[in-house]
Amino acid sequence: MLKKRNNNDWIYEISPKRKLIEFNFREIWQYRDLLVLFVKRDIVTVYKQTILGPLWYFIQPLFTAVIFTLIFNNIADIPTGNVPPFLFNLAGITAWNYFNESFTKTSNTFTANAGIFGKVYFPRVIMPLKTVIAGLFKFGIQLMILIVFYFYFLIRGFELSPNANLLLFPVYVLMMALLGLGAGMIISALTTKYRDLTVMVGFATSLLMYISAVPYPLSEVSHKVPSLAWVVQYNPLAQIIEGFRYMVLDLGVFSWSGFFYTLGVSVVLFLLGLVVFNRTEKNFIDTV
Amino acid sequence: MSAILKAENISKQYRLGKVGTGTLGDDIKRWWYGLRGKEDPFLKVGGVNDRKAKATEDYIWALRDINFEVKQGEVLGIIGKNGAGKSTLLKLLSRVTAPTTGSIKAKGRIASLLEIGTGFHPELTGRENIFMNGAVLGMTKTEIKAKLDEIIAFSGCEMYIDTPVKRYSSGMTVRLGFAVAAHLEPEILVVDEVLAVGDAEFQKKAIGKMQDLSTGEGRTVLFVSHNMASIKTLCQRGLVLDKGMIDFSGEAIESVDHYLLNTKAIPKRENTISEDHRRQKTSKEFQIVKVRSLNENLQQDIPIIFHILIKKNSSLAVPISITGTIVNQSGFGIGSFFSDSIVVNNEEQWVDLKIPNHNLSPGEYYLNFSVANGSLKESNFIIFDQAFESIGFDVLQEKNSGIFIRWNKGWGDIHFDSKLGKYEI
Repeated sequence: MLKKRNNNDWIYEISPKRKLIEFNFREIWQYRDLLVLFVKRDIVTVYKQTILGPLWYFIQPLFTAVIFTLIFNNIADIPTGNVPPFLFNLAGITAWNYFNESFTKTSNTFTANAGIFGKVYFPRVIMPLKTVIAGLFKFGIQLMILIVFYFYFLIRGFELSPNANLLLFPVYVLMMALLGLGAGMIISALTTKYRDLTVMVGFATSLLMYISAVPYPLSEVSHKVPSLAWVVQYNPLAQIIEGFRYMVLDLGVFSWSGFFYTLGVSVVLFLLGLVVFNRTEKNFIDTV
Repeated sequence: MSAILKAENISKQYRLGKVGTGTLGDDIKRWWYGLRGKEDPFLKVGGVNDRKAKATEDYIWALRDINFEVKQGEVLGIIGKNGAGKSTLLKLLSRVTAPTTGSIKAKGRIASLLEIGTGFHPELTGRENIFMNGAVLGMTKTEIKAKLDEIIAFSGCEMYIDTPVKRYSSGMTVRLGFAVAAHLEPEILVVDEVLAVGDAEFQKKAIGKMQDLSTGEGRTVLFVSHNMASIKTLCQRGLVLDKGMIDFSGEAIESVDHYLLNTKAIPKRENTISEDHRRQKTSKEFQIVKVRSLNENLQQDIPIIFHILIKKNSSLAVPISITGTIVNQSGFGIGSFFSDSIVVNNEEQWVDLKIPNHNLSPGEYYLNFSVANGSLKESNFIIFDQAFESIGFDVLQEKNSGIFIRWNKGWGDIHFDSKLGKYEI
């Protein structure tokens, strides 16, 4: 769509031709201020004119963790080792929330922004990018709650310690972002024509959570339902959630093969998402 | 100067009817053709973009084979009826959607103003939205910062600049939006009908700013509007779109005239007069039935001759005369004539009318006729029938037109005879 040539020649060319992958870093860099502003706008405007404001960032994961503890640990008796079940659930939910937010919000990029996309050009990929970056802020806040409770339980006398895997923390965040972006971009591209997927995303994510080892440890599945354990084990999200709990709570299993498998899936899904997104962005406004 | 923007054979095809469901089959077919390296089968079909005709095909060409060039510093006005393809063209230029075929090449940054205040968020303050809107339009933060005071002053919203935009009146939102847009610095600016908002004072300010952009700063502007007056004042060149194709391209004034005349669609060879041509109830004792012209393309020095079929509906035996006004493309009367009298004896009779020295400059004109009796002086003037917008004609450029190559419409509609010599004053 955009070709840079020498100075005497045409600078831009708008044509129907397209390349397979077109991730124009130069152009995105030119629009970096827009990206920053969008991120700011997302963070600032969400809780404007609400009484509790940013407190809502805390309330959602805390209540979910309480309910999970009640159902999965107190009623269903799922063991969480020597880690308090509440902390176990909070850790899982914090990680899950980041993926969930990135994925859900990215998945309606085209439909939600049809108005602005129909009026002005800027690199479309800015929109999913800003979602993932703004989500990072929320993730950070929720991480702080986790840390607060972590110390609370330490003081209460629980033996908790992270392990050396904590060094992989940035990689885990990156993998969550890539997975959310990749899957989200694919869905967003498809929803421009076939709206069925918008309906699907809502319940699919809540179902996905249950096969992503959020309210239970990975070992529990192979222990109780070995025949279906592969569903969870090959789910890259389950690997991420389990890996996240492993590094902060030193609980569960970790394998390098699982780690690289997840990293591979994330990168492939992201690239695939980028291809689909690029193919869509040029003409989606005609069909959306 | 060389072209800064060039559109080559651009076309845009749309699917009619429901888009979304039911296209899966076509999508698969398209994909299958693409896979085998063949041309998209649907590019071969497609009807002309005519809003009024019944659709006969599933695909429509919203734009077809558009070619044009814009030079540096030029303001190009794009005009056309609703559905002629103006907005589609703007969408292609501003990269909102890609053309089906062809390409647009540019030698500079294109910024588009298809809407005022794109990206405004109601919860953010005016100041925050200036940054937001500016960034959406492609400005960097430093650029906006440097112009912030100027933008705020131009918008005239100083008092409310730190209030959320949702508390603004619609006029204020528009002013703020335009203020940001007016301070953009792209090489090429694409503007849709955005000036049709705001009060008279603001419109004047906006038009003035647009003029500054092109004349003062050498910015190239592509401007779409239904306001013919602003096209005439702002633009040097015009492009008339009709049914997705270029209908006319030339000087802005000529383009506007062409467009206005075409909207009226007055026949040039023969026209049967109906009730549509009468502005008031007439007695029709002498009725104008048909008007015919044999030389619809006139040379400048050839007399205009019309044949008018008059039907006599009463037994009155009074002489009649033909009066009429020649009107230019913008709808302004150029001049009128009052013929001598003639007696109509037959029930239907052709009357010939000749205007010998019309002195009209090259261009398109049309005629309003009436059949009358009596004289204005004695105030016994009776109009029997009238025929507004009855017939059109073109005056062509003379082959030997002296010092000028083309008549510039800004020179007016009359080409006076003039001679040099010794004259007594």
